[in-house]
Amino acid sequence: MKSLAELEAIRKATLNRINLRTEDDSEATRVVVGMATCGIAAGARPVMLSFMDEINKRQLSNVTVSQTGCIGMCRLEPMVDVIVPGKEKVTYVHVKPEMVPRIVAEHVVNGRPVAEYTIGAAENE
Amino acid sequence: MDIYRAHVLVCGGTGCSSSGSATLIERFNEQIAAHGLDKEVKVIRTGCFGLCEAGPVVIVYPDGTFYSHVKAEDVDEIVSEHLLKGRKVEHLVYVEHATHEQNAEKKLDDINFYKHQHRIALRNCGVIDPENIDEYLAMDGYKALEKALTTMTREEVIDEVLKSGLRGRGGGGFPTGLKWKFTYQSQADQKYVACNADEGDPGAFMDRSILEGDPHAIIEAMAIAGYAIGASQGYIYVRAEYPIAVKRLSIAIDQAREYGLLGENIFETGFNFDLNIRLGAGAFVCGEETALMHSIEGKRGEPTARPPFPAVKGLFEKPTMLNNVETYANVAQIILHGADWYAAMGTEKSKGTKVFALGGKINNTGLVEIEMGTPLRKIIYDIGGGCPNGKKFKAVQTGGPSGGCLPESLLDTPVDYDNLIAAGSMMGSGGMIVMDEDNCMVDIARFYLDFIVDESCGKCAPCRIGTKRMKEILDRIVEGKGEEGDIEKLEALAETIKATALCGLGNTAPNPVLSTLKFFRDEYEAHIYEKRCPAHHCRSLLQFKIDPAKCKGCTACARACPADAITGTVKQPHVIDVKKCLKCGSCMEKCRFGAISRE
Ligand SMILES: Cc1cc2nc3c(=O)[nH]c(=O)nc-3n(C[C@H](O)[C@H](O)[C@H](O)COP(=O)(O)O)c2cc1C
Ligand code: SF4
Ligand code: SF4
Ligand code: SF4
Ligand code: FES
Repeated sequence: MKSLAELEAIRKATLNRINLRTEDDSEATRVVVGMATCGIAAGARPVMLSFMDEINKRQLSNVTVSQTGCIGMCRLEPMVDVIVPGKEKVTYVHVKPEMVPRIVAEHVVNGRPVAEYTIGAAENE
Repeated sequence: MDIYRAHVLVCGGTGCSSSGSATLIERFNEQIAAHGLDKEVKVIRTGCFGLCEAGPVVIVYPDGTFYSHVKAEDVDEIVSEHLLKGRKVEHLVYVEHATHEQNAEKKLDDINFYKHQHRIALRNCGVIDPENIDEYLAMDGYKALEKALTTMTREEVIDEVLKSGLRGRGGGGFPTGLKWKFTYQSQADQKYVACNADEGDPGAFMDRSILEGDPHAIIEAMAIAGYAIGASQGYIYVRAEYPIAVKRLSIAIDQAREYGLLGENIFETGFNFDLNIRLGAGAFVCGEETALMHSIEGKRGEPTARPPFPAVKGLFEKPTMLNNVETYANVAQIILHGADWYAAMGTEKSKGTKVFALGGKINNTGLVEIEMGTPLRKIIYDIGGGCPNGKKFKAVQTGGPSGGCLPESLLDTPVDYDNLIAAGSMMGSGGMIVMDEDNCMVDIARFYLDFIVDESCGKCAPCRIGTKRMKEILDRIVEGKGEEGDIEKLEALAETIKATALCGLGNTAPNPVLSTLKFFRDEYEAHIYEKRCPAHHCRSLLQFKIDPAKCKGCTACARACPADAITGTVKQPHVIDVKKCLKCGSCMEKCRFGAISRE
């Protein structure tokens, strides 16, 4: 037997888990990891898993993690796009798992891109 | 409860299950594990997506990519390309019938079949895992029950249903709120609610699909109904021949009990309610309400005269409220969003939406839910994609064996209870079967009557004997032995049966004959007076002929004929012996010179 509060908690937790099916992705923040052969070779898989870990840990709703094929800039892989609805796409390059918690905390949760990891910073080097 | 980055939804409805979706699920799980993706990608078995024609159907989220006709060997490619590398497998993506467009970016809601639909009763079908109560809860499940029990009086619940304008989806179209009110008003120490899931019309699978895809919606609605009328026990009467529906319903009932959503003192309000499943043996007449209740009681499933109505004296002699599956499927939404929200949809006297099972000569066979008032033409062409192979539309049958066939000229009829009756058919429970130029309307009428003759329980003479007489006349007509006066005899029999049969089965049994006589009388006349079947369908009336002027004497037809009915020497015109001919049509297919014709 579940109390009303317990039912509500199940509703919320389950919605987090399944909202990738029901939500219009125009409302969701999207994390897109480059996962073609070059990306995987450069270590994109651990990066993606770190993103999922972070999102799971923080029980973030309204965030989807998906992957895309080769973006055509193999030397910058692993690359990750973070797309917050209504904002311009931000592309992170040479992403390592250690960088993921900061991207999630600052950008996905608080809306402030981590400038030093972005493609702009890499190209100014 | 972990978050996965991708969900693979595989249809586990009856249609897709029979074309192998269970194997697909196994293969997906295998391949996903083999690629080490099992922490990232989850496979979910849903109920029917609706587009059964495209089955087995698979959708990959969050992309929303819609794959159709997926075979076991395609799974490896979807996993290694789409799920591993993020590249959609274009060649497996659903192809639009009308435009042949194959667009991997198209979401479900952009596809023609879904674009014009409005899903309330089917809202969770193909979206959630029906065997997981948490997913139903996430879609606001059991919130309506909570609202009703903790914030509304019984009268307010009934009033809300009444004001919504919801009418029975089982065929009769009786106002649901009124039925609830009558049962509420009956005084008794025990009352019951019941759900009619007997669905036995040829071609209908709406109710079965709702039970398979969203069983908790029915459980929640029945609990709300129990609260409203004052019943602590409910029964769901479902056909034993729908094993997937029965299984998912049983799982759902167990889960609801475990969570305290069925049982004693629900939400600590003092309200007790429990549900049991009763299996029907699959007789059409057991869908009739009095027969259904006798069957639940363990007696013979035969109708008895009404009154007394079930609201006064039903199951075990106690007041009983019986509703159809789809009727119940609307209830939680009405309680949650309010009567006004619901009544804003539909036409003046038919509110909300209706689910139809589209079948027959139509491209997109499947399950559709449309707002009441949507014209037939929109359902058949915009959603259904019209008749396949460029054939010409002839008629649409609604209402199953109790309904009728409407011709092209009535396709602009807005679909609701009253308009369909005015047009000469009826809503029925939601079968919608399309016929094209190759269908013989006399034979269609005979098909439905044949069904009735088989399903008549035999209790009363007009139905038992009358429908058999009608069928004998139709048999004669399609065999080319129709006589002057047959049409009049059919009409007279039909009127008598309608007026004197005991239950709805008999009362409505002549409808398919009457409606085809009304709209396609010329086809009856051609059969009877000219011994000709205009659709070239009735074999007894077919004649194959070789035009000697066109025949080159190539002998192809003679070699193809299974009956040795064609004779002739090489390079000389051949002839068909009509006495030997079986009318199989093989010769006509084989002739490359168009010398063989059919009449
Ligand atoms: C021969 C016959 C068969 C019927 N079969 C069904 C059926 O399969 N499912 C159904 O819901 N109603 C069926 N009905 C209608 C029921 O008797 C009853 O009106 C209905 O279940 C009431 O629910 P509703 O008011 O929600 O439509 C049938 C009626 C007749 C006369
Ligand atoms: S009308 Fe037909 S099915 Fe109904 S009681 Fe009479 S014989 Fe039985
Ligand atoms: S229709 Fe069939 S049986 Fe008749 S002549 Fe042609 S091939 Fe032979
Ligand atoms: S196949 Fe056609 S052309 Fe050849 S013998 Fe038969 S009718 Fe004549
Ligand atoms: S059974 Fe799969 S779409 Fe209907």
